[in-house]
Amino acid sequence: MISVLLILIPLIAGILTFFIKSNSASKQWSVVSSLAVLVITLLGIFVYNKGNYLNYDVNWITTLGSRFTTSMDGMSKLLCLLTAISFPAIFIATYKNEYKNASQFYGLMLLCQAGLMGVFVAADALLFYFFWELALIPIYFLCSTWGGEKRIAATFKFFVYTFLGSLLMLIGIIYLYYKTPHHSFAMTDFYALQLSAKEQGFVFWLFFIAFAIKMPIFPFHTWQPDTYEQSTTAATIVLSAVMVKMGVFAIIRWIVPVLPLAVSHNASIVIILSVTGMLYASFIAIRQDDIKRLIAYSSIAHIGLMCAAIFAMNGIGLKGVMLQMFSHGINVMGLWIVAEAVELKTGTRKFSELGGLAQKMPILAMLFLVMILANVSLPLTSSFVGEFLMLGGLFRYSMYATAVAGICIILVVTYSLNMMRKMFFGNTVSITENVGEATNNVQWVLAVLAIIIIVFGVYPQPLIDLTRDTVLFITGK
Amino acid sequence: MNAIIISALMGVLMMFTSIITSNKQVIKNVALIALLFLLVGNIVDTYNIFSIKVDTKGMLSFGKFGLYFNTLIIAATTIFVLLSGNEIVKTGDYAADYFALIFFVLCGIAILSSFNNLLMMFLGVEIMSIPLYILTGSAKKNLKSNEASLKYFLMGAFSTGIMLMGIALMYGATGSFGIQAIKLVDNELSFTKVMQTPLLEVIGLLLVYAAMLFKVSAAPFHFWAPDVYDGAPSAFASFMATIVKAAGFIALINLFFLKAVELHYLWKMVTVLVIITTLIIGNITAVFQQSVKRMLAYSSIAHAGFMMFALYAQNDIAKEGILIYTVAYSLATIGLFAILAKMDDYSLEGYNGMAKTQPLLAFANAIFLLSLAGIPLTVGFFAKYYMLAAVLKFSGGFGLFLTITGVVFAAVSVYYYFRVLQAMYFKEGDAKVADVTVGFKLGLMLCIAAIIFFGIFPDVLLAWFYF
Repeated sequence: MISVLLILIPLIAGILTFFIKSNSASKQWSVVSSLAVLVITLLGIFVYNKGNYLNYDVNWITTLGSRFTTSMDGMSKLLCLLTAISFPAIFIATYKNEYKNASQFYGLMLLCQAGLMGVFVAADALLFYFFWELALIPIYFLCSTWGGEKRIAATFKFFVYTFLGSLLMLIGIIYLYYKTPHHSFAMTDFYALQLSAKEQGFVFWLFFIAFAIKMPIFPFHTWQPDTYEQSTTAATIVLSAVMVKMGVFAIIRWIVPVLPLAVSHNASIVIILSVTGMLYASFIAIRQDDIKRLIAYSSIAHIGLMCAAIFAMNGIGLKGVMLQMFSHGINVMGLWIVAEAVELKTGTRKFSELGGLAQKMPILAMLFLVMILANVSLPLTSSFVGEFLMLGGLFRYSMYATAVAGICIILVVTYSLNMMRKMFFGNTVSITENVGEATNNVQWVLAVLAIIIIVFGVYPQPLIDLTRDTVLFITGK
Repeated sequence: MNAIIISALMGVLMMFTSIITSNKQVIKNVALIALLFLLVGNIVDTYNIFSIKVDTKGMLSFGKFGLYFNTLIIAATTIFVLLSGNEIVKTGDYAADYFALIFFVLCGIAILSSFNNLLMMFLGVEIMSIPLYILTGSAKKNLKSNEASLKYFLMGAFSTGIMLMGIALMYGATGSFGIQAIKLVDNELSFTKVMQTPLLEVIGLLLVYAAMLFKVSAAPFHFWAPDVYDGAPSAFASFMATIVKAAGFIALINLFFLKAVELHYLWKMVTVLVIITTLIIGNITAVFQQSVKRMLAYSSIAHAGFMMFALYAQNDIAKEGILIYTVAYSLATIGLFAILAKMDDYSLEGYNGMAKTQPLLAFANAIFLLSLAGIPLTVGFFAKYYMLAAVLKFSGGFGLFLTITGVVFAAVSVYYYFRVLQAMYFKEGDAKVADVTVGFKLGLMLCIAAIIFFGIFPDVLLAWFYF
């Protein structure tokens, strides 16, 4: 029941938001409903965390044998938690922003949350496909309506890319559907399939391309920097903190257990692609002068490591991926919020034009430092634990891949600290002369995110325990 | 038999209403009532409550599939008249006659959904086509409409000739007009046996196939479609692009796989070639259109390509799929054309900023476009789903290749549908739309509700079929 509530609350709240006339009322309404989702998620994790509270199953399309089945395992809970944290965080941090047609903006955001929650809890392939697309449509409208000059073209590229990927996945889903004995889309039936290596081979690519576009993995990443740069920050946070995790999640949920032979067969190709992407993105990030573009490329590098660690196929790597999905989400959210705050105050995103911000906004500088250190995976931040485990997992598969990934970590340090230095340290320049401290909302949200990062950096065990069942299940396969 | 007889009678009735009254609104309402009567007449026939029996010597046979298809078509026509009725009566001075012609088209469609004999098929195609030539030219003082009508008539007459030639050749080879006599449609035949079948029969069937492909505007017989849809009054263009096209498919399905066994793979090769050329030509050309009306014309060619998946697959899923596709495609296209007819400017720029000036119309357009693009939560998704599933079920041969080609072009189609969406929602402008009545808005909301409802519960559509 909890899993259905997680979809229904934002869905209904989102539809209602469209009918709210006043801007401030729609803001308050969306903050309240996103906090309600957070409360429900926490209840689902800590109080009603047994199967019959979480799961739901009802007939949907009888002629096709598709059921509205939702369930939550550890990984679902983790990502639902991430989604549930990120939306109120976005709403509160950007509370002072004025959007044109605010009710539509918040309505679309909440619909997007409904889609994301659906993706994470769906246990029926057709249902999963439905939510996968349902999350895409609102974000398309969000990014195209509010944002930079070239937003329409950039978002459109993103949409066509992901839509093509989704359709390929649909072919894969239908193919598997006909292979199940009683023609059903149920996840359990998909898991029970015993396909030949050849069949698994091409179904693998149908699925993988869809997920690789979403994550994105080199060479399917070209939509990402443009879209991140052109979208409004709230939408960018949704895209990079939560939506890219859909791809990682979907690989663990729908590819690894269903097509194990193809996974081990194609592991080397995927790992090479991921690691190449990491190296490529890191080098490009060094040359960037725009905060948003830099974070976008850095994000590609982080996701590449997650993908590689999944395909290394061992428990340690997988544990790392679980941790990192969560902590990267929190971390990148913090980075975007700072980027937004700085842009609002100074009117530029180019850090060559900035300098000395630390003198003017010391609190923001301190919080940003935590985010940057988490981005470079310094020990005592939660990313460190995740990256360490992932590198450990990858090492068991291939030493060379790990070496290249390790180089990328050094590169991350280079460009992240460079950005920090240019933006916040040194002498103030004309733009930053009269800048005041960021708003209280931003500081509070960043403080909470920083606490999450440090707490789980010191003591990551709760997250590992939460996702233990998923890891055991996947490694058991 | 009900649908054939009632629609013909209603057509005559409509002709006489013009003697009694010249009030166009009254005529429109009479037509709506007549359509509802026809709908009820067909439904009671479907469930064997009351049906007029005429001995056709086995030339017509009324299966559930055909009758249900009639129901969908008549319902779609009702929605079409609801939304575009005012446009129809405004086209020219002979409002009642236009409705009479529409009823005759429906009569032809009812024959096409039930023929068992090539002669009947020919009759159905002609009864359906001749009123269309007139409707295309109904804007008498518009040169483009006249040109379209003449073009359609000449090309149509040519294809009729080809079809008759084919039927004659098949009669020569088999000695019968019955479609059961066509021996080619037999999967058991080996390659050498196909080679041994009389050449006359092969050529005959190919000619009939080509003539029917002309009617559904599949490539390479599509050249008439864009000009005719563009030139014809918008209301009739949407009628031709949706209802008439679906009827063409029902005829093809009747001919090829309802009453006979599965086609030989050589025939499937022909179908695959036609599908791929249709998809390429329809989609790629649509991308370059600046006029929304022409874009919809090419998109209708592209959708013909998708509907042909059913002909390739030839299984139960394909039959269900063509029903859902008819509903999805008709609802969306009729709605789009109905709004288009109210616009000042048919170009893409004409749609700029529509979301601000006319939020409901823009939202309706958006839903129709999303449905045509095949986005989940709209019935258009299940239309595409069924077509893909039908082909994948027949997993051998070109199945996988064909579906991948299909989805690549589905992604291309997103490009031109979303350009309209972008114009409406993300571009500044001042879209000029004629005043719309409350009834029109209600009709649109009905369409939106149907698209979303069937997009979540496609079962309901099929449940009526199996009831």
